Amino acid sequence: MTTTLPEDTGTSETLNEVVSGDLLRFATAGSVDDGKSTLIGRLLFDSKSIFADQLESVEQVSKDRGNDYADLSLLTDGLRAEREQGITIDVAYRYFATPKRKFIIADTPGHTQYTRNMVTGASTADVALILVDARKGVVEQSRRHTFLATLLGVPHVVVCVNKMDLVDYDEQVFEQIRAEFTEFASRLRVPDLTFIPVSALVGDNVVTRSEKMPWFDGSPLLSHLERLHVASDRNLVDVRFPVQYVIRPQQTDARDYRGYAGTVASGVMKPGDRVLALPAGLETTIESIDTADGPVAEAYPPMSVTVRLADEIDISRGDMICRPNNAPTVTQDVDAQICWMDESASLVQGKKYAIKHTTRWARAMVKTISYRVDVNTLHRDEEATEIKLNEIARIKMRVTKPLFVDSYQANRQTGAFILVDEATNKTVAAGMIGGPAHQY
Amino acid sequence: MKSHVLSQLRSLEAESIHIMREVVAEMERPCLLFSGGKDSIVMLHLAVKAFAPARVPFPIMHVDTGLNFQTVLDCRDRWVERTGVQLVVASVQEGIDRGLVQEEPNGSRNRIQTPVLLEAVEKHGFDALFGGGRRDEEKARAKERVFSFRDDFGQWDPKNQRPEIWSLYNGRVHQGESIRVFPLSNWTELDIWAYLEAEEIDLPDLYLAKEREVVERGGMLFEVNGFTPLKEGETAEVRSTRYRTVGDANLTACVESAATTLHGVVEEVAAVRLTERGATRGDDKVSEAAMEDRKKEGYF
Ligand SMILES: Nc1nc2c(ncn2[C@@H]2O[C@H](COP(=O)(O)OP(=O)(O)O)[C@@H](O)[C@H]2O)c(=O)[nH]1
Ligand SMILES: [Mg+2]
Repeated sequence: MTTTLPEDTGTSETLNEVVSGDLLRFATAGSVDDGKSTLIGRLLFDSKSIFADQLESVEQVSKDRGNDYADLSLLTDGLRAEREQGITIDVAYRYFATPKRKFIIADTPGHTQYTRNMVTGASTADVALILVDARKGVVEQSRRHTFLATLLGVPHVVVCVNKMDLVDYDEQVFEQIRAEFTEFASRLRVPDLTFIPVSALVGDNVVTRSEKMPWFDGSPLLSHLERLHVASDRNLVDVRFPVQYVIRPQQTDARDYRGYAGTVASGVMKPGDRVLALPAGLETTIESIDTADGPVAEAYPPMSVTVRLADEIDISRGDMICRPNNAPTVTQDVDAQICWMDESASLVQGKKYAIKHTTRWARAMVKTISYRVDVNTLHRDEEATEIKLNEIARIKMRVTKPLFVDSYQANRQTGAFILVDEATNKTVAAGMIGGPAHQY
Repeated sequence: MKSHVLSQLRSLEAESIHIMREVVAEMERPCLLFSGGKDSIVMLHLAVKAFAPARVPFPIMHVDTGLNFQTVLDCRDRWVERTGVQLVVASVQEGIDRGLVQEEPNGSRNRIQTPVLLEAVEKHGFDALFGGGRRDEEKARAKERVFSFRDDFGQWDPKNQRPEIWSLYNGRVHQGESIRVFPLSNWTELDIWAYLEAEEIDLPDLYLAKEREVVERGGMLFEVNGFTPLKEGETAEVRSTRYRTVGDANLTACVESAATTLHGVVEEVAAVRLTERGATRGDDKVSEAAMEDRKKEGYF
């Protein structure tokens, strides 16, 4: 075993920062064996987020299997089937924190048959971390993962060219991959694209700068993730407050209270603001924004608050509060890209599903399958008549109740929905409203 | 200019509140599983915040193993008194007496609480159960959904979980099926302690260090008391200790600690090198896949 625990440094000076930094969510993607699990293990290990008993169990299992290195991928490959087969088959969430921020990692598997898992992991991610094996270069899967990241509106993409130790830390290899990747990514809308040459196994450019690649003048992965500016990715312009629950205490001490509880989807709300309630179409003013700790001066995403309004309007769960001059589209016709997630049945024209959009449930009927996208070549098949597991398609639906929507590109909260099979109750699709985000 | 960035603790708090409100809005009969440990106390505190100024709109259930620390019961009763929440108790001892379950040879009632829990759930018709599980606790939990579907036997099938995309949770179930909901999924042990400190939350005093008479067994420290009396040939000693987690009183160990305040605990937790289960829960050590197996049976 070559792994030793990192030095224990005092943490108490930085403790207040450890818990007061912000939150960054990232999703990993790569083909099988590109080194995702190893890279995550390395991040956890080098940032001292691995506990001694976890490491002990990893070392023991590695030894039993006759490995030379402690296999850090065992830290994330949790379910028995995965450990036995040595592959990742579901989304696993991992956590670590540095003095700058807390990180939530969604570790998603790479095979085509797990596209739905990557979609799940990417749905809430601020950053997509895409691994490329330096020896193999850009492969079909790299394109698919980048496409899915942009489809899910992930604002930052970081490409880690891994296993640099196996190509003699050669700058030419890295540059060639960067050029090829940049070329195809230009056909997708990637707002922020960064390349880092790493060795997950050895630790080059993961947490500490590699001395073996002096030609690379960028930051190691962890400092890049620590410094990424994600606050500006949030939509603070369009006020959208989907009403989640009406708080109306049946108690003598608060009999007249009526508040609309919910999570701010986007925009900044303040007491005194004029607002519009949908679908009622009535205007009023925000009287107060309450929390259990008292009223607040403003509310912004992702705060959970309770809004009280100046006038008595009939508002219930599934309704939307916005600004009179900036409202979402009210519609029963939805044009969206979907990722199909059900293995037992496919999506076909004419079929009906339950739809959940923000806090609103309705029923939806598939009117048209406009086309299916080949996730590897980005080719559109307009003849497609059914959409199967892990396939991406553009569809048109008619919904039984009006929804209050924005395009997914403008708003990841009010542009998203899920479809649920009414017989099995399974979540069968993730949907993104609006025109294509890509020129392919 | 304001930055409009929520700190990580407030982000986690907001997410948990969102989850609890979704459950209350969509499910028929939710219930919060309350063990009296710090995670379930944080959950109850969040529930109080989510529905203020109204009372918590669902009951809490304590699966009483009969192996409780008295200070945990006292703390539970203070919470019930203060919040006015309705308390349901499901007794494992009663389950043993009725022949529903049998005492296990090692004295652990961890496994046999599952049938008692499932029976109570059925009797009360609960269709959503809040649990305090966190994904950082253990490998099998790392893949658990926030809304975790259970069939009508209460079983979890890790290969067949509902996809969970954005925060659009799907709690739809058929008669007899239910969901377990984990509002603390994304919290780590350190987050919990930091939050307990920040919010000055009422906890059983065994979470804080004091001089306790203890005996060392298999590398773990057990307090000498009615549940864990001194065995022949053992010698007790007095050490300053606290508990990191609260399970059966006859099996839960304490750790050496000088932390007599929550702030002290936060500092120690930030520096530790053992997961809380690895350190102090005799019952989880059994095998690499122990937790995965128990979860499949319907345990949390
Ligand atoms: N030489 C070398 N091997 C690596 C590196 N990263 C990962 N590996 C090895 O590649 C194999 C697959 O890694 P794993 O992390 O399981 O890949 P995953 O399928 O993407 O999760 C394992 O044998 C790793 O030890 C690296 O940077 N250099
Ligand atoms: Mg893996």
